[in-house]
Amino acid sequence: MTTTPTRPRATPSTPPTAGRTDERQWVGRGVDRRDGPAKVHGDALYTADRPFPGLTHGWMVHAPHARARIVAIDTAAARAHPGVVDVVTHDNAPRMAPPPSASLLDLSSLASRSRVEYLNTDQVHYDGQPVAVVVAESLETARYAASLVRVDYEVLPATTDFRAARDTATRAKQTPAAPTVSGTKGDAVASLDASPVVVELGLTTPAHHHSAMEPHVTTAHWDGDRLTVWDPTQGIDWCRKHLARRFGVDVRQVRVLAPVIGGGFGGKGSVWAGTLLTVLAARHVERPVRMALSREAVTRTVGARTPTMQRVALGADRDGRLRSVVHEAVVRSSTVGGGSEQVVAVSTALYATPALRVGTEVVELDMLPNTFMRAPGDATGSFGLESAMDQLAHDVSLDPVELRLRNDTDRTPLHGRRFSHRRVPDLMELGSREFGWAERGPGGRRDGDRLVGHGMALAYHPALTFEAHVVLRATAAGRVVLRTSAQDMGMGIATVLAQVVADELAVPLDRVGVEYGDSDQPIAPPAGGSTQTASLTAATVRAAERLRSRVQRLGPSAAGSVLDAVRAHGQDVEVVVGHDEGLRARAGTLRWIAETLWGQRRWQRAAWGAHFCEVAVDADTGEVRVTRWVGAFDIGAVLNAKTAASQLRGGIVMGLGLALTEESVTDARTGRLVGPDLTHYHVPSHADVPEIGIHLLGDPDPTAPRGVVGAGEVGITGVGAAVANAVFDATGRRLTHLPLTPDRVLGLAPEA
Amino acid sequence: MPAPPPARPVTLTVNGRRTTASLEPRTSLLDALREQAGLTGTKKGCDQGACGACTVLVDGRRVLGCLTLAMQAEGCHVVTIEGVGPHHPLQDAVVHHDGLQCGFCTPGQVCSALGMLAEHRAGAPSLVTEDLAADAVPLTSAEIRERMSGNLCRCGAHNGLVAAVREVAESGSAR
Ligand code: FES
Ligand code: FES
Repeated sequence: MTTTPTRPRATPSTPPTAGRTDERQWVGRGVDRRDGPAKVHGDALYTADRPFPGLTHGWMVHAPHARARIVAIDTAAARAHPGVVDVVTHDNAPRMAPPPSASLLDLSSLASRSRVEYLNTDQVHYDGQPVAVVVAESLETARYAASLVRVDYEVLPATTDFRAARDTATRAKQTPAAPTVSGTKGDAVASLDASPVVVELGLTTPAHHHSAMEPHVTTAHWDGDRLTVWDPTQGIDWCRKHLARRFGVDVRQVRVLAPVIGGGFGGKGSVWAGTLLTVLAARHVERPVRMALSREAVTRTVGARTPTMQRVALGADRDGRLRSVVHEAVVRSSTVGGGSEQVVAVSTALYATPALRVGTEVVELDMLPNTFMRAPGDATGSFGLESAMDQLAHDVSLDPVELRLRNDTDRTPLHGRRFSHRRVPDLMELGSREFGWAERGPGGRRDGDRLVGHGMALAYHPALTFEAHVVLRATAAGRVVLRTSAQDMGMGIATVLAQVVADELAVPLDRVGVEYGDSDQPIAPPAGGSTQTASLTAATVRAAERLRSRVQRLGPSAAGSVLDAVRAHGQDVEVVVGHDEGLRARAGTLRWIAETLWGQRRWQRAAWGAHFCEVAVDADTGEVRVTRWVGAFDIGAVLNAKTAASQLRGGIVMGLGLALTEESVTDARTGRLVGPDLTHYHVPSHADVPEIGIHLLGDPDPTAPRGVVGAGEVGITGVGAAVANAVFDATGRRLTHLPLTPDRVLGLAPEA
Repeated sequence: MPAPPPARPVTLTVNGRRTTASLEPRTSLLDALREQAGLTGTKKGCDQGACGACTVLVDGRRVLGCLTLAMQAEGCHVVTIEGVGPHHPLQDAVVHHDGLQCGFCTPGQVCSALGMLAEHRAGAPSLVTEDLAADAVPLTSAEIRERMSGNLCRCGAHNGLVAAVREVAESGSAR
């Protein structure tokens, strides 16, 4: 399928100048996103929008217990209801193979965050677990008939209280190539004790929901053993391999399509119950099934970001130079999946210190497995470290910027690896200048009912690349088409890849098409970990090199531009980068592992940033309003100034939610989410979001393909701390429990 | 739950076209538009009135399609995102200011903004309006943010959306 825009307004905002002078015409420019016109007109077809012949609709029934055994399910009333096709339960569902265990050799194994054998078991492992799916001719009928299903449970004892189960935590083991969860250098505890200045904070952050505006939805259609699935997945290839394995069919029989995705943020990175059960139900009823999850179903069946308990201790000299850093975290996982998270990794990257100790403990509960959400670990861990640094700046009477300059480092403090590229002082200078940091005046200035304060914090996110495969074709009709199974959940991947192709081949941007979002295309990495753009840029550049040299070998017609040469040749020219199957695919994976491990031993690559903000705290109500924001970022080379700034802003906005309003509440006695919807879980609204100034260094990373480092996650890191530091400046209160709701700001909240 | 009452024919005028469909009383305007009329530009983000993705204009006023029964709109003029374009300046401005990423909230934002601008022209104040007695309330960014806060955007495209609405409001081309 093609997603190349057809509307005339999809053309770039700045026309190409005749006769190219510099190499890069398009890369770096703020070209309008290609899918913009279709989306503002309501023409873009998201998964739930796509008409499908003979479609039936699914609706889940959720278990209301954290641990239970299903004694009996009575589906008679539901089945008898007119319009109901069938009710699928563990009594009648087709069998699925169990999920694979995680392996670096097959990254698709990472697609399953949950080990629950949905509708293949009578065991309930978490509150909200689906225990039946009603399939009906209409959505309304399915939803209504789900209320007619009666389930008898034998309720079993469950462990659902994160704090109370703290003592059952086990230490997370550090594995190679995985993000940092533990490590030591020197004797951090002794150094801490010997330090003239010590800051110690105990902090907590709650669970967060991704809350993409598009709820999870799947359409599944079986034709014999051929399976077609429409699903807004962030990982088309992983989803396809996972489904092939679970349903016992050859991977070539499975096609997964995700041409338009309404946001993901990590929540659509794994294969959750909704996807599996739609495919299962379609197999059972032998008709196409669509299951559009309600917001409640999304929240109860798709994992959240883990809550954290953190302890950060800093030991320093009186001039602010660090002697010791200790960062410990406790995270919540599940008895049926989930895992640890790199909450403490930020402390192994930001500041020079002779002694360091980081560690992570994991509490397993009878709850829905936790999962990765935008900047996993770093979003919450940076709140801990950067709050403590702010406190240290205060205690040694230094400007927070000056304290960070004194502790800047060009090597990772834990392993002593060189950073491929780190310009933190330049970022702080750029950010302070744009914000007017030096002119901010003393904290706690009164403006009517409000106390005004200012805060800053650093942002950091490690950068990786994955293997990516592409096909690049120059057609005799005068177009260039790039194909890859990448997914665009809103970052504008097609737009930037078209810019790269246009520059690499020196062709006009409007001649470049990008087709994506379909597993029939070459394998691309998942959209996660800020890896997709860099990985695909590398593959695209390689493809363009190959295409150019193929065209040069065409003979006499090879004169002039690539498109002229191919036109004269009279036949399309196509090149392939990467192998999707067979021995060469294996070899490619092994090469990627080797390169990644080797690269990690030599240098640490990352995206960086410095946030500066102003808050106004209502002295009577404790309400915090963020009134100004400036973020300076180093994301390597910038492919598209407009979409990159939007991604960074998006991260900061999500960070404002983390700082001020977002808190997933679980009833600790039952393990049930309280208010699993957008009415109780408050994501930022327009009134919460000030004008956010984004400033980019635009300096290519020397070790990254075309100097590109991902921009999707760094924006959210540090935001929680920047806001809390500004509240400290305004009120003198060091708040260490997120979110900073009025009760906490006024000191009225009971905290553990 | 009691069994649902049966369907009956309902005539709606959507984007200037009269259509009659057999609808159950429980069917929301949002589901009727999406599932019956095939107008899928209007999105379902929550089905509970919390996100604004389903915003459409009913007789010129912005309403949440998920909280409106289709039968309530009988005899009314419904305008969805498909009826706004194809070349409304606000749509162009949203693209130009990059007031979207995933685009899922965008149709609701656009419809809501058009309804909001009409409310503003009619003199409606908001919570942040300083002078309630003033003849004309200046449509500042703060006013736009306050008035658009019923439309959530998880991608964080707020700045671009506000810039687009402001530009169109100032140019007077929103009608
Ligand atoms: S779908 Fe109607 S407000 Fe969310
Ligand atoms: S653009 Fe994705 S939710 Fe607004």
